[in-house]
Amino acid sequence: MTATATSARSDLSGLGRSETALRTFLHGLPGVDQVGAEQRAAQLGTRSIKTTAKAQAIDLAIRMVDLTTLEGADTPGKVRALAAKALRPDPADPSCPHVGAVCVYPAMVPHVAEVLAGSGVHLASVATAFPSGQAPLEVKLADTRAAVAAGADEIDMVINRGAFLSGRFKEVYDEIVATKEACGDAHLKVILETGELATYDNVRRASWLAMLAGGDFIKTSTGKVPVAATLPVTLVMLEAVRDFRDATGRQVGVKPAGGIKTTKDAIKYLVMVNETVGADWLDPDWFRFGASSLLNDLLMQRTKLTTGVYSGPDYFTLD
Amino acid sequence: MFEYAPAPESRAIVDIRSSYGLFIDGEFVDGEHLNKSVNPATEEVLAEVTWAGSEDVDRAVRAARKAYEKVWGPMPGRDRAKYLFRIARLIQERSRELAVLESLDNGKPIKESRDVDLPLVAAHFFYYAGWADKLPHAGFGPDPQPLGVAAQVIPWNFPLLMLAWKIAPALAAGNTVVLKPAETTPLTALLFAEICQQADLPAGVVNIVTGAGDTGRALVEHPGVDKVAFTGSTEVGRAIARSVAGTRKKLTLELGGKAANIVFDDAPIDQAVEGIVNGIFFNQGHVCCAGSRLLVQESVAEQVLESLKRRMALLRVGDPLDKNTDIGAINSADQLARIRELSDAGSAEGAERWSPPCELPERGFWFAPTIFTGVTQAHRVAREEIFGPVLSVLTFRTPAEAVEKANNTPYGLSAGIWTDKGSRILWMADRLRAGVVWANTFNKFDPTSPFGGYKESGYGREGGRHGLEGYLNV
Repeated sequence: MTATATSARSDLSGLGRSETALRTFLHGLPGVDQVGAEQRAAQLGTRSIKTTAKAQAIDLAIRMVDLTTLEGADTPGKVRALAAKALRPDPADPSCPHVGAVCVYPAMVPHVAEVLAGSGVHLASVATAFPSGQAPLEVKLADTRAAVAAGADEIDMVINRGAFLSGRFKEVYDEIVATKEACGDAHLKVILETGELATYDNVRRASWLAMLAGGDFIKTSTGKVPVAATLPVTLVMLEAVRDFRDATGRQVGVKPAGGIKTTKDAIKYLVMVNETVGADWLDPDWFRFGASSLLNDLLMQRTKLTTGVYSGPDYFTLD
Repeated sequence: MFEYAPAPESRAIVDIRSSYGLFIDGEFVDGEHLNKSVNPATEEVLAEVTWAGSEDVDRAVRAARKAYEKVWGPMPGRDRAKYLFRIARLIQERSRELAVLESLDNGKPIKESRDVDLPLVAAHFFYYAGWADKLPHAGFGPDPQPLGVAAQVIPWNFPLLMLAWKIAPALAAGNTVVLKPAETTPLTALLFAEICQQADLPAGVVNIVTGAGDTGRALVEHPGVDKVAFTGSTEVGRAIARSVAGTRKKLTLELGGKAANIVFDDAPIDQAVEGIVNGIFFNQGHVCCAGSRLLVQESVAEQVLESLKRRMALLRVGDPLDKNTDIGAINSADQLARIRELSDAGSAEGAERWSPPCELPERGFWFAPTIFTGVTQAHRVAREEIFGPVLSVLTFRTPAEAVEKANNTPYGLSAGIWTDKGSRILWMADRLRAGVVWANTFNKFDPTSPFGGYKESGYGREGGRHGLEGYLNV
């Protein structure tokens, strides 16, 4: 699938018209060797990022955070506080950049929208009966339209894993296409829930399926199942967006989400982006971290680098 | 663009003496002829090292004989095991020191000496320590006996690891050793000698004589030696085989290679490209089992080459002590000259040469990672061992053609197969004439796994239960 950059772009738009064509295409993708992929991810994890490179990486990582709260206990007050933090993550240091986006449930979107209006921080909302996706299509689409109408400019949808795992690729494809349409101008992030896909071959196929159907971003996880983002899964997805751009000319973003808690973790992901897809993806428009506690660790490490002394969690806000 | 700031490993952890004597009978003794060991990355002199003459070698062999007869031979296996376990633990404890010294003296990147060499060195000692009291269960009869004094000559590509491959099984089986490290990389062997002292290993069990070819010749031709083990070039291996012919000495040789790394059209391409890179650029290609001939199926050749070039452009060549360096320095000026000569021959014979843009340091010995495409079986770059970061790319159409091309070489040390089809892996492995066949991986080493060659890649096996055979009277 790594077509030459100079060769004619492939027209893959017709694949979604038939179950057979989709299946043949997805099963024709090169396999992923599990041992090899995990070994490569581990190797990249040993890069040593220090001093100026670390400072650069921390600021970039902050700009890439989708600051997230997806709890039943979320309140308007809590999400407003989160949005305020997204705008000025470190009130003590005005040079600290703002995060990429705030990510909340649809019901919370109006409260966040008031705070973020005109700030440049995006407003993402999960939709399509997140996290299980177990609702009729009409309900999922209504969920999406409501979030967009309330002010979300990014929608994080979940794919129908049951349909994917039982081989009904066209059903998954059609749902993504319909959701994309319901999004209007809002960007669509497609959550593959890789923890439920079990194999890297499936991750690669689901990534291609989501991109073929028009997803603007592919995202690893909801954060609501035991296995969330991992380095090897993200590696396979990065290879998929790289190959997809080679084949079609369209660039798709990647968002690992869930379980990324430390600066060290975040830097490993950035190294992986740098050495798998390169500088084109090292931008909040093309790579995001779905995380909540990560931001405070980034801020603590940032303070350590600028002041030379370690700070404590008490100096940073919880929300 | 995300630039990585320099992340150098500190060299302060290792204390290099200004000069080293020979390690004979448990002590360092001064010799007469001193030579310099340099850091190939900077050409800076690291230390002066003695080049042993035939009298020094004779003293070392006699010390080893005495230790064999009086102490080590009669010692119960369980007690020998205790020393080996102790050495293994000391290697782990001092692994950072050893890794830094290895990178300084050899030029290999610190991430390799730290993450590959040193863990394997310790693992070899642990593994063979476990065998020392279980020799009756190794499959060589109820009470296999050691041979006596082993003369061991090792190369410069994995100085400490080759030492471990030689010394650990020899000692476990009850032999004593005289080991000669390569003249360009003697320092970790001398630090290992200090570890032997620290472990209270009885005097004379391990003797290290440094020097060049003459020292090696004096050692393998010494009449007091019962066993010769050599790892290095096929040319020197032949000379050694001639010199021990007709003597009682038992011989194992681990020589050159020109391994085929075979990529089928159904291979996991991204991982295969990693395997190709690891196969030829690991340790600057100074690996006898390096995958120096890439055989790729026609239908995916373009795709694989394009991915390979993209990947090669990411390789970081430079300071071996920087933790982010992927490719370090070529070990010596001589080796660099040989790599250049063969690469020039490749261009002259019409193969197409490509290297990623990369800036090489001004001082030291450096060679950019290079691939040759359009190579045929008749080209020198497809036949001769280059022992450097140079890959020859050939294509094939059918599995049978892949086997034919892979086997069409005087060597037979290793081979790699990349395919998602298990049945094809087995079909190929049956037909490849190579001592090690890796499937969907490359350059994977483990102390429990035997390693050795077919044809001109040598004879005898090192590692695993099989590795004991060369040091037992069976």
